[in-house]
Amino acid sequence: MESILDNYQRDKGMLVSILQDIQAEYNYLPKEALVELSQALGAPLSQVYSVATFFKAFSLEPRGRYLINVCLGTACHVRGAVKILEAIERELEIKAGGTTTDLEFTLETVNCVGCCALGPVVIINGEYHGQMKTDKVKALLKSYT
Amino acid sequence: MNRISSPDELEKLRKSIIKQRDPNKPCIIICGGTGCLALGCESVIAAFKQEIKRQRLETKVGVRVTGCPGFCERGPLVVIKPRNIFYQRVSVEDVAEIISETVLKDNIIDRLLYPDPNTGKKIIYEPEVPFYKKQKRLIIGNNELIDPTLIDDYLAVGGYAALTRVLFRMSPEEVIGEVKKSGLRGRGGGGFPTGVKWGTCRRAQGDTKYIICNCDEGDPGAFMDRSLMEGNPHSVVEGMIIGAYAIGGHQGYIYVRNEYPLAVRNARIAIKQAEEYGLLGNNILGSGFDFSIRVNRGGGAFVCGESSALMASLEGKVGEPRAKYVHTVEKGLWDKPTNLNNVETWANVPLIINQGADWFAEIGTPKSKGTKIFSLVGKVNNTGLVEVPMGMTLREVIFDIGGGIPKGKRFKGVQTGGPSGGVIPEGLLDTPIDFDELTKAGSMMGSGGMIVMDEDNCMVDIAKYFISFLEGESCGKCVPCREGLKRMREILTDITEGRGKEGDIELLELLSTTLIDGSLCALGTTAPNPVLTTIHYFRDEYEAHIKDKKCPAGVCKELITYQIIEEKCPGCRLCVKACPVGAITFMGKKKPVVLDQEKCIKCGICYDVCKLGAIKVE
Repeated sequence: MESILDNYQRDKGMLVSILQDIQAEYNYLPKEALVELSQALGAPLSQVYSVATFFKAFSLEPRGRYLINVCLGTACHVRGAVKILEAIERELEIKAGGTTTDLEFTLETVNCVGCCALGPVVIINGEYHGQMKTDKVKALLKSYT
Repeated sequence: MNRISSPDELEKLRKSIIKQRDPNKPCIIICGGTGCLALGCESVIAAFKQEIKRQRLETKVGVRVTGCPGFCERGPLVVIKPRNIFYQRVSVEDVAEIISETVLKDNIIDRLLYPDPNTGKKIIYEPEVPFYKKQKRLIIGNNELIDPTLIDDYLAVGGYAALTRVLFRMSPEEVIGEVKKSGLRGRGGGGFPTGVKWGTCRRAQGDTKYIICNCDEGDPGAFMDRSLMEGNPHSVVEGMIIGAYAIGGHQGYIYVRNEYPLAVRNARIAIKQAEEYGLLGNNILGSGFDFSIRVNRGGGAFVCGESSALMASLEGKVGEPRAKYVHTVEKGLWDKPTNLNNVETWANVPLIINQGADWFAEIGTPKSKGTKIFSLVGKVNNTGLVEVPMGMTLREVIFDIGGGIPKGKRFKGVQTGGPSGGVIPEGLLDTPIDFDELTKAGSMMGSGGMIVMDEDNCMVDIAKYFISFLEGESCGKCVPCREGLKRMREILTDITEGRGKEGDIELLELLSTTLIDGSLCALGTTAPNPVLTTIHYFRDEYEAHIKDKKCPAGVCKELITYQIIEEKCPGCRLCVKACPVGAITFMGKKKPVVLDQEKCIKCGICYDVCKLGAIKVE
């Protein structure tokens, strides 16, 4: 936490970047970290909280070991991304936004990762899987367990 | 790296870099862009490096990992220089053979060549691939010549020459005059004349001025900014320094989407290398001009592509736009005059300075100059990034470059301009692409997303998709946008789920007018475009949903059923195994399977797995 703050010279203007680094460290934004951050930056906790809840990239809940992002950008949508999302939801028995009870997978959606030519795209912990098909979902998830 | 302190030193360095390079030495160029990464290029790159080491060819054969050349559909892409032999869909298994056969013996490996989908002819050389042939790759063409992590590669293709010229031979006013004369318009969507914006910001009151590069490419379906920032970050940095000199700014920001990790990384590397060479920082090239750049990451909010929201986010606040009675060029970041341009706009600047405004103004249409990069995606054979001169028709882009619609399906419409744009129907395919013509068709240029749709795409579903997207991304500050989008989404959901009623179309149109008139920022005022254009051009589809409770394209789940075509089904059991709810029963070999409509959840998996087309959507 200290080193993250030092990287940004405790600059209030870098709040979004600081939160990103904290999230990268803890996998989510723990309450204690937000309180500490607000004191360190001299910014009201309400401001830190409003930023943390405004941007889609942040989570206030712990997330699974594997973060699945299903791209729902337009190019992926016209090539059937919703069907892929539904297949993953069925397979993991969670809805988008949810985490499996064993904390293995968190399922989220993203509005375009710029990999449009290969839609539909699923990203698992930063690994891109392009040209996804509904019948490939099971094997894909299995390769991570 | 040594700091360069004069234009002469820069030219000397450039000469020595070029001299060290043998243009005839074989070089294997591998795309390392996000698209090819998704197709596994990382292991291909590693395999090439390993194989070259194993065969002790390190001094004889070069390897360059570059940004995206555009043809993502066919990745991982490999080009063998100097002959420009083009291999597509290359895998690890092909690597040893490429080196021993093509690189060392000049033999062509037939199976890796690109077959023209229309003629079946195999194409050997990259420039002859139809996808590239009709393009004019002024901006993106350099991606392939550069390893984006090496500033020397950029210098070798003439990089930072425009900067020297500007700093030592032109006054700020002359730079602005040149950009104005070129007719360059903002590539982020609005199409505002860049030179005019720079001039206003230069004249604005105040000593501190900020320069921003908008790489918050939120428009889903567009990825040219990502590819430029990943593949040629120095061209953007050079453009920004030139702009900063013209405007009189000393601090710049590159605001990159959080979803683009590689773009963030490459932008940071580029800035660091430019600083080490003295091309950024204090007293650039000994000119006395100071400018530095910081990289900020976004947090995944579409609205932050809007200039005032982006600036709020840069200040560490929630990314909400403000009313722009006072423009951001007067009062922007930290209330100081701020000039914001899009990635592609900045990348055009060095080109204009190097080649001259007159040269640039000859490309394009009377009111839209230069080239534009589009991301050609969706239901089209050759997907990827396409750079064409303004004025080319939609038909040329989709059919000549894009190779038409896959599987012989019929073209239905092309969506341009992202969530703020609209769908353009078949009848308008001969529309020339420029800012004003697309607006006339009810859509807009936007940042350059071009999503092609075929007969299997439902236009009401597309309208619902965009409205739901915008509803989620609306920041909630102004009422028309926050509430209007919610109501529109409810109505569209009703229509797609069979609860549509007479008058819904008119109500959608009325709500659209309210949003256009009453919203605070462009997110709200342009949000109805996808609805209005689909109603305008595809009204019959809306009516089929509302009156007949049918989805002609077979997309809207509540209005369709999956059926087995008995004559075509040999009972192979693929769908039986794939069905997640056990709704399909095997009736014995060579007998068609039976689908239980009661159990069917319409997930579509059976349709996807069937290799014989024995399942239809009704």
